[in-house]
Amino acid sequence: MILKTVKNAEEAVADISNGAMLMMGGFGLSGIPENCISALLKKEVRDLTIISNNAGVDEFGIGLFLQKRMVRKMISSYVGENDEFERQLLSGELEVELVPQGTLAERIRAGGAGIPAFFTPAGVGTEVAEGKEIREFNGKLYLLETALTADFALVKAWKGDTAGNLIFKGTARNFNPMMATAGKITIAEVEELVPIGTLDPNEVHTPGIYVQRIFQGEKYEKRIEQRTVTA
Amino acid sequence: MLTKEQIAQRIAQEVEHGQYINLGIGIPTLVANYIPAHLDVVLQSENGLLGIGPFPKEADVDPDLINAGKQTITMLPGSAIFDSAQSFAMIRGGHVHLTILGAMEVSEHGDIANWKIPGKMVKGMGGAMDLVASAKNIIVAMQHCSKDGHSKLLPTCSLPLTGIRCVKKIVTDLAVLEIDPSGGFVLLERAPGITVEEIKAKTAGRLILRGEIPEMTFD
Repeated sequence: MILKTVKNAEEAVADISNGAMLMMGGFGLSGIPENCISALLKKEVRDLTIISNNAGVDEFGIGLFLQKRMVRKMISSYVGENDEFERQLLSGELEVELVPQGTLAERIRAGGAGIPAFFTPAGVGTEVAEGKEIREFNGKLYLLETALTADFALVKAWKGDTAGNLIFKGTARNFNPMMATAGKITIAEVEELVPIGTLDPNEVHTPGIYVQRIFQGEKYEKRIEQRTVTA
Repeated sequence: MLTKEQIAQRIAQEVEHGQYINLGIGIPTLVANYIPAHLDVVLQSENGLLGIGPFPKEADVDPDLINAGKQTITMLPGSAIFDSAQSFAMIRGGHVHLTILGAMEVSEHGDIANWKIPGKMVKGMGGAMDLVASAKNIIVAMQHCSKDGHSKLLPTCSLPLTGIRCVKKIVTDLAVLEIDPSGGFVLLERAPGITVEEIKAKTAGRLILRGEIPEMTFD
């Protein structure tokens, strides 16, 4: 087996530099690569383009990058859970490309799967379709969307082994598996790193072929955006 | 006029046995509370879950288990978890039977606007464009008029569109209406105590009246 382990988050992100294009897993604050985020905050890399479904909140997740003005552009489906994001967007410091969520997921999946573009019905007749090729199939209109890849994909899994095989837990899976396939270098941080032979191959969600670096995260805060309970 | 809960309750009457359903944020989420127990349905959350259960007890809160509104949830027996690409594959592929979502405007041709107001901070469309472009049956839950009194049922939408010719039915605080294939809002039911005249006055798009319009009934 090819071993993918690195010592920690700092080592994993050591060669991420200014201007890099990053994919970052997570939906809201669920399943985000918390330890890679902390390590990048210390490095204070700048001019990042970040592909992520959301942009965190003011005090957590990608919101922390925004506070340090590390982001030039976000490619997301839903943002604005944070005031700093809005301020930077309105002042022109930050650029945002809004992509329908399913189109975003599929563009990333396509990027990892060697499919350069695909037709989707999402966005036909809306401003999302502006400048894009429209074609009719079986009487319905579709628009052409192109694949996305990134210099680095930062993903978070529940368990992983030293060969880079990953298992996700709950809805923290979300964008992580597709992003793992679409990074030129994919960095996986896991809650529990186990030796090869420990994970049941039948239960692996992301095969290690997609993962270049893996480490066990020091700690996970797993902040909750909307704690909703019943009595 | 119906309360938000009553709008949800009326929409729940549209739910059929065996359906897979995606509920949007707001009033649509409330629909889950009124689906009759004898109907077996499965709720889909586009962040990657089939089988949404009730909100958890405090002790059972799991940060790795949320719905598309980022609220903590539980899973029912028989649930399945999947990634975001798979989630929208089942949506675009037509496997989700019913989508219920909110709107700022609906046109008499079934166009919907619900994601962007020019001049205001744009948060994004999330999964709404994928959902409305794909679902076989789309029901909109909304107030009949905006807070400043303007009709939200229009000849054409004035706000940026989320999708075109996709809405099938609308349940508002005043009425149940369906989109006529040739254009227009067919008035199906009135909220208790609301007259056809009032609905007519508050519907800017073409209102189609066919025979007696019954009042809604609730169990």
